[in-house]
Amino acid sequence: MPDRTKTYDVLVAGGGNAALCAAITARQAGASVLLVESAPRAFRGGNSRHTRNLRAMHDQPNAVLTDAYKEDEYWDDLLRVTGGQTDETLARMTIRASSGLFGWMKDAGVRFQPSLTGTLNLGRTNAFFLGGGKALVNAYYLTAEKLGVEIMYDTEVTDLNMEDGSVRSVDIRYKGFPETVHARCVVASSGGFQANLDWMRQYWGDAVDNFVIRGTPYNKGRVLKSLLDQGVASIGDPTQCHAVALDARAPKFDGGITTRLDSVPYSVVVNKHGDRFYDEGEDVWPKRYAIWGRLIAQQPDQIAYSICDSKAFPLFMPSVFPAYKANTVEELAVKMKLDPAKVRETVKGFNKAVKPGQVFDNLKLDGNATSGLTPEKTNWARAVDKAPFYGYPLRPGITFTYLGVRVNEKAQVIMDNGQTSGNLFASGEIMSGNILGKGYLAGFGMTIGTVFGRIAGQEAARRARN
Amino acid sequence: MQETDAIINARREMEVCNACRYCEGFCAVFPAVELRREFSAGDLSYLANLCHGCRGCYYACQYSPPHEWGINVPAALAEVRAESYAEYAWPKPMAVVFERNGTVVSLMAAFGIALVLLLCSLGSSNFWVAHGNTPESFYKVIPLWAMQIVGTATFGFSLFALAMGARNFWRDAGPQEKIGPTAVAIALWDVLTLKNLGGGGNGCNDNSEAFSMRRRYLHHAMFYGFMLCFAATTTGFIYHSFLGWPAPYPFISAPVILGTVGGILMVIGTIGLMAMKFVDDPIPNVRRLLGGDVALLMLLAMIAVTGLVLLAVRATGAMGLAMAIHLGFILAFFLVLPYSKMVHGVYRSAALLRRAIERNMKPLGGE
Repeated sequence: MPDRTKTYDVLVAGGGNAALCAAITARQAGASVLLVESAPRAFRGGNSRHTRNLRAMHDQPNAVLTDAYKEDEYWDDLLRVTGGQTDETLARMTIRASSGLFGWMKDAGVRFQPSLTGTLNLGRTNAFFLGGGKALVNAYYLTAEKLGVEIMYDTEVTDLNMEDGSVRSVDIRYKGFPETVHARCVVASSGGFQANLDWMRQYWGDAVDNFVIRGTPYNKGRVLKSLLDQGVASIGDPTQCHAVALDARAPKFDGGITTRLDSVPYSVVVNKHGDRFYDEGEDVWPKRYAIWGRLIAQQPDQIAYSICDSKAFPLFMPSVFPAYKANTVEELAVKMKLDPAKVRETVKGFNKAVKPGQVFDNLKLDGNATSGLTPEKTNWARAVDKAPFYGYPLRPGITFTYLGVRVNEKAQVIMDNGQTSGNLFASGEIMSGNILGKGYLAGFGMTIGTVFGRIAGQEAARRARN
Repeated sequence: MQETDAIINARREMEVCNACRYCEGFCAVFPAVELRREFSAGDLSYLANLCHGCRGCYYACQYSPPHEWGINVPAALAEVRAESYAEYAWPKPMAVVFERNGTVVSLMAAFGIALVLLLCSLGSSNFWVAHGNTPESFYKVIPLWAMQIVGTATFGFSLFALAMGARNFWRDAGPQEKIGPTAVAIALWDVLTLKNLGGGGNGCNDNSEAFSMRRRYLHHAMFYGFMLCFAATTTGFIYHSFLGWPAPYPFISAPVILGTVGGILMVIGTIGLMAMKFVDDPIPNVRRLLGGDVALLMLLAMIAVTGLVLLAVRATGAMGLAMAIHLGFILAFFLVLPYSKMVHGVYRSAALLRRAIERNMKPLGGE
């Protein structure tokens, strides 16, 4: 058990990828390190345990990635998804640093594998962890333990007590009992607040009761709140979160990757009244899955139903829950507790509006559209007419929140008055809003966490040892 | 396969794996899962026998206990595997032997020794005599014809029973494309290298998140030790039958060198694997299967140890006793062969062959 009476060089609040990269780097630089993770050991690792890859720049093919993915293309992708809500200096620095991570990660025990089945579109840009994010987290914890990082599980950081822009002491709750510990420098890597439903309710009202939190239930945002209450500059829209369409039967927390559903582009999607509400075929799914979370959040009771026939069923990855299945659309509607007459009418209207068009091609925008509907379906529109019929209920699934603390390129936290904190650093989701103000790029969260985790660890160790 | 609780649970877990696919790089099981959307009991038996039990997926799983889904693939597949051994046993009534396998294997070992000892001490006047290293000294204790008849009959029956089991397994997993030479070569390579016990190149998780090659190397020691002993016996048979050189053979001779090196490797492998049973994480394991596993490891270890002892005392008056015990263990091994953990070698190899045949099929879902 770590000695809580001593003053550590570096205290890391959090236990996911960014926290571990900071802790390992600080320890490698000679600092004494205490890592404080609020989850029990079995659920350690924050949202990182549900991740699977990291987006990395590279000028030529390497052992893990194909072809090339250069700085400007990476930057363009980021600019596109954020709509400009990013900091070019920090973003480009992160992108450049991402090309040099593999050696360090491999030394820390992380293993890679070729891009997973069904994700071939990511094989060029994203390096996949062998066994996924929990395997990566396991490797980092093993390395951290070997190096002598001291680790407390079941321990929530409740307050960072600041004075003149520096953290003087840290309040924690170890298995529910309050204590105060001391460190020369602190790295805040404790993620967002999406698992704090009361906080979410401030912006979303009672709709949060119908939200699914895809990741860890331990991201309560206590550290984030503590910092923002003490004059740390915030970044990112507090009301915004990354929300995707999920199978509605997902558990409230920690359902991870298996609850996602890729059926929308090949389906007719209706709300609880049996009405369509958005163009299901607007773009390829990787570019649209994130707006569907918001779309469903705006529907009555935050629920929608994806309906397809047996032609479409083999085209997407299975969700973990079995599809509702019936020989007629009406029967399917009854099984999903929808008004069968209304759903039949919607599907009939849709089928009639499908224009006889080009050859169906699920690999590209094929231009098969409807005509005369509101809204239209602009791609992959095919009559839903071949029994059996399949249905999935959908709900908004929250991945992370965008609100965070402002940092500079040394991962130092910036105060409201513009000054940099003397001994407080941040890495990971808690500061990713500096770079990713909106939208998402697959695997970019892990890139930000790794790059800034290492910078924060390095800088905190340097500061503490001087 | 019957539709049992183990099958139903394995199906649930495979459906989670199929929606996740993070473990794809660990072994052959996950790519095989991805070829299917629905899992028949026969499919699950195939997947269960493809699983080598390295536990990489258990430690990497975001849904492993205490997650409410409690995904524990190594344990779920081990349960199905155990049921498949009983399901495919030939003749069918012998299936019950897999229920208390540790007890049965141990009792057979005791019975084997007792029987051979009894027959030798009653039937041979030369039992306690020191023969030195004179030719045919072994056969003065047990006649060659007795060894050959009993050995051929028991081992021959066991091989036949194993083949019938393999046939049952192959049929249960459904129709399959033709077996090509490439598939056979790939499967053979996988069997001989235990590639799938490598966790994607890093080894197994024995009792923690740390990887280790221990299990793989110990199994290699046991397997190749066994094969060397088999080679020693075969060489002896050729020497005796075709070249007219009866046993025992000098220390510097092919049968003795092969047997000694093989025996030592077997001892290292079996004792090491048994020791690992005590330190392994019990969660990704099935407790009630431990008995059969340990009993077989112990039987193999005793065959190797008594073989080495026989070599050491063969010129003394203890030779008769040592040989009777050694052959008693071998008799027991021949008898339990198709009704012990040994069957895993047959079904695992068949599953790997099946996997090699379907290697070019496209995974379902996604682009």
